[in-house]
Amino acid sequence: MGFLEVQELKVHYPIRGGILNTVQDYVRAVDGVNLTIESGKTYGLVGESGSGKTTIGKTIIGLEKASAGRILYEGENVTNKARSRNKKYENYNKDVQMIFQDSTSSMNPKKRIIDVMAEPMRNYFDYTPAEIKRRVAELLDIVGMNAEAMYKYPHEFSGGQRQRIGVARAVASDPKLIIADEPTSALDLSVQAQVLNFMRRIQKEYGLSYLFISHDLGVVQHMSDDIAIMHRGRFVEKGPKKEIYNNPQHIYTKRLLSAIPDMDPTTRESNKIERQRVEAEYDAQEAEYYDQNGRVYDLLPYKDDHFVATKPNSSLQNESINTKGEV
Amino acid sequence: MAVERNLLEINNLKTGFRFGEEYHNAVDGVSLTLKKNEILAIVGESGCGKSTLATSIMGLHDPKNTQVSGEIIYKDLNLIDLNEKLYNRIRGNDIGMIFQDPLGSLNPLMTIYRQIAEALVYHSDMNEKQIKERVLELLNQVGIPRPEQIMKAYPHELSGGMRQRVVIAIALANKPPIIIADEPTTALDVTIQAQILDLMIDIQDETGSGIILITHDLGVVAETADRVAVMYAGQIVEEAPVDVLFRDPKHPYTRSLLNSIPHELEEGEELHVIHGTVPSLQKLPRKGDRFRPRIPWIPDEAFDENPELTEIAPNHKVRGNSWKHFHFEGEEK
Amino acid sequence: MWKTIFRRLLLMIPQIIILSILIFIIAEFMPGDPFTGMIDPNVDPAQLDVLRERYGLNDPLHVKYVRWVGNALQGDFGRSFNYKTSVLNVIGERLGNTVRLSLLSTILTYMIGLPLGILSGRYNDSILDKSVIIYNFVSFAVPTFVLALLMVYIFGFNLGWFPSRGSIDIQANTFWEQFWSRLYHLILPSITTAVLGTVSIIQYLRTEIIDAKVSDYVKTARSKGVPIEKVYSKHIFRNASLPIASGFGYTIVNLLTGSIFIERIFNYSGMGNLFLESINTRDYSVIFVLVLFYGILGLIGTLLSDLILMAVDPRIRID
Repeated sequence: MGFLEVQELKVHYPIRGGILNTVQDYVRAVDGVNLTIESGKTYGLVGESGSGKTTIGKTIIGLEKASAGRILYEGENVTNKARSRNKKYENYNKDVQMIFQDSTSSMNPKKRIIDVMAEPMRNYFDYTPAEIKRRVAELLDIVGMNAEAMYKYPHEFSGGQRQRIGVARAVASDPKLIIADEPTSALDLSVQAQVLNFMRRIQKEYGLSYLFISHDLGVVQHMSDDIAIMHRGRFVEKGPKKEIYNNPQHIYTKRLLSAIPDMDPTTRESNKIERQRVEAEYDAQEAEYYDQNGRVYDLLPYKDDHFVATKPNSSLQNESINTKGEV
Repeated sequence: MAVERNLLEINNLKTGFRFGEEYHNAVDGVSLTLKKNEILAIVGESGCGKSTLATSIMGLHDPKNTQVSGEIIYKDLNLIDLNEKLYNRIRGNDIGMIFQDPLGSLNPLMTIYRQIAEALVYHSDMNEKQIKERVLELLNQVGIPRPEQIMKAYPHELSGGMRQRVVIAIALANKPPIIIADEPTTALDVTIQAQILDLMIDIQDETGSGIILITHDLGVVAETADRVAVMYAGQIVEEAPVDVLFRDPKHPYTRSLLNSIPHELEEGEELHVIHGTVPSLQKLPRKGDRFRPRIPWIPDEAFDENPELTEIAPNHKVRGNSWKHFHFEGEEK
Repeated sequence: MWKTIFRRLLLMIPQIIILSILIFIIAEFMPGDPFTGMIDPNVDPAQLDVLRERYGLNDPLHVKYVRWVGNALQGDFGRSFNYKTSVLNVIGERLGNTVRLSLLSTILTYMIGLPLGILSGRYNDSILDKSVIIYNFVSFAVPTFVLALLMVYIFGFNLGWFPSRGSIDIQANTFWEQFWSRLYHLILPSITTAVLGTVSIIQYLRTEIIDAKVSDYVKTARSKGVPIEKVYSKHIFRNASLPIASGFGYTIVNLLTGSIFIERIFNYSGMGNLFLESINTRDYSVIFVLVLFYGILGLIGTLLSDLILMAVDPRIRID
């Protein structure tokens, strides 16, 4: 049982038009998504640009409004309450934090790091100034930074350092869940490795959960336990990492995985052939996996905790199980 | 095998940017060759000078604040010596360029047709009808559906992948023997990236041009390149055929980089992290091994006073001798 | 496009109604009325009350408003107490002068601003650019009335090159005499306005050009082998002029509003001066129409600017 439940979440934006500027239609950024977050686990949310993956994270943290559906925290309905000042939701605000692609753009450039990081502490704990200082130093140390960094301003740091400060700040309120939206997309490979390492260390130390949002399938594979693949505002496939990567069922997942460049130059030709085969399969079978409006079907159990969005009552599920059995 | 003439030959290229009264070299003594029908990848992290190398070849730097020296030899011409007027005959005609951000690299106020046609008018005396035919031909070649309609569209009306195809069409317009692609797929989704890379390879098969592919993405390199040059702090530290580089990398930087790629880990294992940070341009050491501060556990004797790029096996070049003594931290040599 | 224009025009109706009500209420709460100035021991206050009653000044607010709207819809915007003639006549006389002054000022503003902005953007950090920045700084910092007074003092009074007041010589009779006399009177005030008005044009153009110079599409254009002159004319200037183009709508509207300071100091009989005089004499019927007129012009200016932007920037398409 998870501590955070997202149920049938929808985020729709109206499209206005016509003479009277009335609502003509909706952009369905997120269109019916279910998610359960258990403590200590990392959930990868993968999709291409415009798939709605960022919107899910922002809605949980309260930067976007849910149009429908519920978000339950410890069984309490907290939908659209994330930024509420009400004491009742204080735990929720404290326990769910977010890291962005550029963390410092969300920090006041005129404030020193210690002031930036002290803010969540003052909000949620009764620390004395000395305690705050000690705690900030401790947090900076966890992300491999010198305590002196606390007296500097955000712009004085490199991209990798900023992201580590972002991680440290997110941890400052002692949260249970950190939503990480493309936290390393702007970083170089060697710097990315450092940030990812720290994120994993912190997870182990504090037992917190991550909702790791990224377009980079390699990074998500590295970080996650469970993965959900998103397309057109809905999940096309959801399950344990190994299942998704080794036994993908939805045509879109297959297409996405086949497009990842392989680090082995010798398999180049076969990769290309496989990729083009999947691409052709995608074009041919699109109708099987999307309804006539192009909407992704509801997730149906494929096996154990592996879910695939397929046409209800379609033979596909059974077929795939059969072919699996033959192999 | 007959020795084929190099399409492009770069010798000891240095590009310095002015900071106050001093010039600091973002590209510091790069020598490279490009052959017909070859994809040469230049890999490195941000600030290593790979993009500066591209703009130096195109001669696009602001002469007031930049100092370029060395040789860029193309058809017996040293491009560095050319004046603006002569360079304009080379740009677009002999060397085509593809940039990273397909939205930014197209003029938002011009139709697709005019932007492609513009590449043609300065290098040929085609009439309006011929230009139109050529534009259509190019749009077909880069796989754009309904070219007659797309021609009249503005950049913002196309998707990212379609825009990048237009940018490629512009680069190809005059069938240049050399194409420079600077991070051509970085701004694109992975499925689109695969399509664009396939397209570039197909086009190369057709035209036999030489491509310089500049990227930070080792996956892209593995999928496309024939030969790879790894850059660190303005210098090439290793150069090898692609399979050799991935199978048997030598230079400490190359090995560290390959080791920090995210992958499945064993319990308790962590991704490799390179010590310290890339020094800023102004703080680059003027001599000695530039990678030395990043591998402090390697003893001083391992480093050369003046590390040179030397051929350690046919077609495999490595800078300095530190690679002979290199091992990862906490690992026995 | 036409749908948008139609919708925007439709939207303007409630805006104008609300605006007129607001102005009407404010005008009503202003202390005094046109007869306040006539109070002196020789005038019987009862007499004034009779006058007030006759002109309907004692009626309740909404009655007065409805009466005013009813008249306005028939083209009667009331009479000016000060000029003893219809408000439309009063404004009509001044509008021509203001349009002439603003037209010349605007032309001069662009004639000075465009080349300076283009040159300083293109050759940024050169001596020329630095001089332009200094000019910009000074023209931004100097208050209108200081420059206007200096111009009057130096060129009108000391050197006597140009007339320093009025809009036309009363002795001018034939069409051409009048034309030249008007132009002659316009020179000082329009140059003053232009010098002060170039700041935003130069600033926008300069920064936009500097930004555009390093943009990726300029790199693309240059790597096509497009000569640098053509890169400037076809790529950089066009993109850099977008904010100027969008501001043009307001500029056109400004032609009709006139400048209070300039018209006052050069004693030029235009809309700005009229506004000031009406306030001084508490000529509410004129003030009311003027403010409403300015309000409507503001709305039209916004619409015009949006339309111009739609015309020049393909990315902006409403509907």
